[in-house]
Amino acid sequence: MSETAREPLLSVRDLRVAFESQSGSREVLHDVNFDIFPGETIAIVGESGSGKSTTASAIIQLLPGTGHVTAGSIMLGDDDLTLRNQAQMANIRGREIGYVPQDPMSNLNPVWSIGFQVKEAVRANGIASGKKEIEARAIEVLKQAGLADAEKRMHQYPHQFSGGMRQRALIGIGLAADPKLLIADEPTSALDVTVQRVILDHMAKLTREKGTSVLLITHDLGLAAERAERIIVMKDGEIVESGPSRLILENPQHPYTQRLVAAAPSIASQRIQAVVEDRGVQSLADVADAAPTLRVRELTKDYKIRQGSFRSEPFRAVDAVSFEIPRGKTLALVGESGSGKSTVAKMVLKLEDPTSGSIEVDGVDVAGLSRKETFALRRRMQPVFQDPYGSLDPMRNIGNTIAEPLEIHKVGDAASRRARVTELLDQVSLPQSLASRYANELSGGQRQRVAIARALALKPDIVVLDEAVSALDVLVQDQILKLLADLQSELGLTYLFITHDLAVVRVAADLVCVMERGKVVEQGTVDEIFANPTEQYTRRLLDAIPGASIPLGGAAAAGL
Amino acid sequence: MSSDLNDPTGVNHYVAPAATTTLVVDAVRVDEKPSNLWSDAWRDLRRRPVFWVSLLVVAIVLLMAIWPTLFTQVAPNNGCELSNSNGGPSDGHPLGFTFLGCDVWSRMVWGARTSLTVGLLATIIGTVIGLIMGAFAGFYGGWLDSLLSRIGDIFFSIPYILAAIVVMSVFSTNRNVFTLAFAIGGFAWASTARVVRAEVLRVRQADFVTASRALGKSRFGTLISHVIPNAIAPLLVITTISLAAAIVAEATLAFLGVGLGSDVMSWGNDIAQAQQSLRVAPMALIYPSIILTVTVLAFILLGELIRDALDPRARARR
Repeated sequence: MSETAREPLLSVRDLRVAFESQSGSREVLHDVNFDIFPGETIAIVGESGSGKSTTASAIIQLLPGTGHVTAGSIMLGDDDLTLRNQAQMANIRGREIGYVPQDPMSNLNPVWSIGFQVKEAVRANGIASGKKEIEARAIEVLKQAGLADAEKRMHQYPHQFSGGMRQRALIGIGLAADPKLLIADEPTSALDVTVQRVILDHMAKLTREKGTSVLLITHDLGLAAERAERIIVMKDGEIVESGPSRLILENPQHPYTQRLVAAAPSIASQRIQAVVEDRGVQSLADVADAAPTLRVRELTKDYKIRQGSFRSEPFRAVDAVSFEIPRGKTLALVGESGSGKSTVAKMVLKLEDPTSGSIEVDGVDVAGLSRKETFALRRRMQPVFQDPYGSLDPMRNIGNTIAEPLEIHKVGDAASRRARVTELLDQVSLPQSLASRYANELSGGQRQRVAIARALALKPDIVVLDEAVSALDVLVQDQILKLLADLQSELGLTYLFITHDLAVVRVAADLVCVMERGKVVEQGTVDEIFANPTEQYTRRLLDAIPGASIPLGGAAAAGL
Repeated sequence: MSSDLNDPTGVNHYVAPAATTTLVVDAVRVDEKPSNLWSDAWRDLRRRPVFWVSLLVVAIVLLMAIWPTLFTQVAPNNGCELSNSNGGPSDGHPLGFTFLGCDVWSRMVWGARTSLTVGLLATIIGTVIGLIMGAFAGFYGGWLDSLLSRIGDIFFSIPYILAAIVVMSVFSTNRNVFTLAFAIGGFAWASTARVVRAEVLRVRQADFVTASRALGKSRFGTLISHVIPNAIAPLLVITTISLAAAIVAEATLAFLGVGLGSDVMSWGNDIAQAQQSLRVAPMALIYPSIILTVTVLAFILLGELIRDALDPRARARR
């Protein structure tokens, strides 16, 4: 290959990073090696805790807390960055290496205007001097970042920008000084897929024009394969596999990479089925004769948005949404943030009252129920929420958390409740000894299992899964989706699955409702919608799934 | 596929030896020590000498309050002889005598009971009022929040020493430990309420609160069983500090002459009475002041340490 003859721009050799704590030194990166060549985009892929972000912050010497490089070298040309002090690094950051942080919401200072913050970057990197020049350069930077009316936008504050616009501004700041290398740490993880696509396209265009190398940090294998020429797969602070993107995805060699590739949901994936013979719902005709467990008709919700002191303006969050879920099936409500999907979930759970429309469970309208009947309804319908860190009470042990529904509904005595907790822990594949532990000892996936166990305690018919797997790593997500599928076939559960991720819909749902700004734009079976989306919006969503066009060879290789 | 699998730079295809990594997804580690906020905090506290010193001081003062005869055999009131007025230390009277010829050490030991009782009672009253007001305001929101928060603001704007002076003047014929504790605690709850309200507002957003509601638990039940237990940690810290403040307040009111009657033994009264002979016998004022300061300091340090221990970020900074 000819490229091996080139000089690498950045060369990381035997890099070790450790964090100091009261209990001693803990090494989090073990002998990491890689090169980045000029003009190349490479991606580091890994789960949370794999050391991918630590690698990025080690390069620019912005390791959090007590982290420090203990061995190895980071060569930027002939310059070993590990030997540079903070003052020298400050010159390198921005000028030589640009950085785009993960969270656009917290990485812009809310008290200064966008223009001020861009100008600050321009000034700090010494690109321009003099008030006029700096101003002109800042406008240019924002224009390049894709903010068309940059002159006007300069004086606005971060809260007046959408997430996508903020990330554009941050990319602009990162590229302000024309660095040779841009490190982008999960630059679009907080954004909607369609916005993600636009932002990444733009970033790719900019860096290609300028010949900037990009180090992309991401958890999304599909995104990495689509955007980078080479992929580095990290696990527990080590590189397990690296090489050209296509090769890694089509022919993964390391067992871990194989599993990662197999678990990554994509459009090409199959519905996760507990029973192999059941082919799931393929057309609407299959479900026409089954009575719906949950029927939602013309559901509408208006909120009042306060405008100044006493005036308020109605805002329609959910607009005439109708759908039905047959017994034992899964319906996915898909949409981007602000599409009203979570509001529908809240109304179904009777945590919010609809403005108009009806929700029927087994033919009974839930709006007219008395207090007592509502209480009884709650036994039949249970939620699992998104944030695994917020959904369990940190002050209660796992056993009490799972037993709480039984206590509230006065089911059984203490002994039978204990037995039920044990049974539930078994059902979600958690060891029984966890009952006396607290939530903070568990990982996100394990917490989500506990949340599922709590939801199942009262043997409900309907489970509302509000982004229940969105915060989880791919392998864990795959595991939870399999668990949900097993439980569904075992207990005949009906799922209302709220998600923003169409790839997950493909593997987890039978029916799908696509929502946009409060309205259902398209609904049908997953097979139909994915094969032939009729609406523009659905098509855009499908196209935006990263790595949609790349065939995954991992499933066969891993034998899963 | 490229041939060189050992090229670690990843230009060509590199695969790590498979044996180096285990492939159990999301394994549960139950062998580790159980941990939670409180046990972590305890492990942290246990290692800090200042914590043990403060705890020792608090324990000694508590012991004095419960069992004064353990520390002194001399009666604090009877047996005061004017011939001993402002006398220096003598056999059996290590800290000398007051203006009225009573034993200073004995009075300090016996005074601990009043000072601590007033401090504890006032703190309990203040904390309970603050907790109720703050929790209701934060959890229910809306007009109740506006109402309770404004009431809190009114109390916040009145210096509680001033308010206590007024209350104690009104109760001039009926001053006892309880009226004093009410006068202090009844006006010192506003800051507690603010902290509780902020915490409750934070906890209220958590999914487990919504989950509890979706289970059919009443709002009040959710507040009691989920929200308040999770909002209590910062309250604990305030409590230790307001305990210290209440002890000082008792002393201040006594010094101003609107505290408990002069027949009651308390550190505040000791200090107040010693001021008239400050020039001749300064030690009669200084000794009770020292025990007051040390006790208050011990409580405040304890509160600070507990706050640090409960905050993982503060722990990491050290």
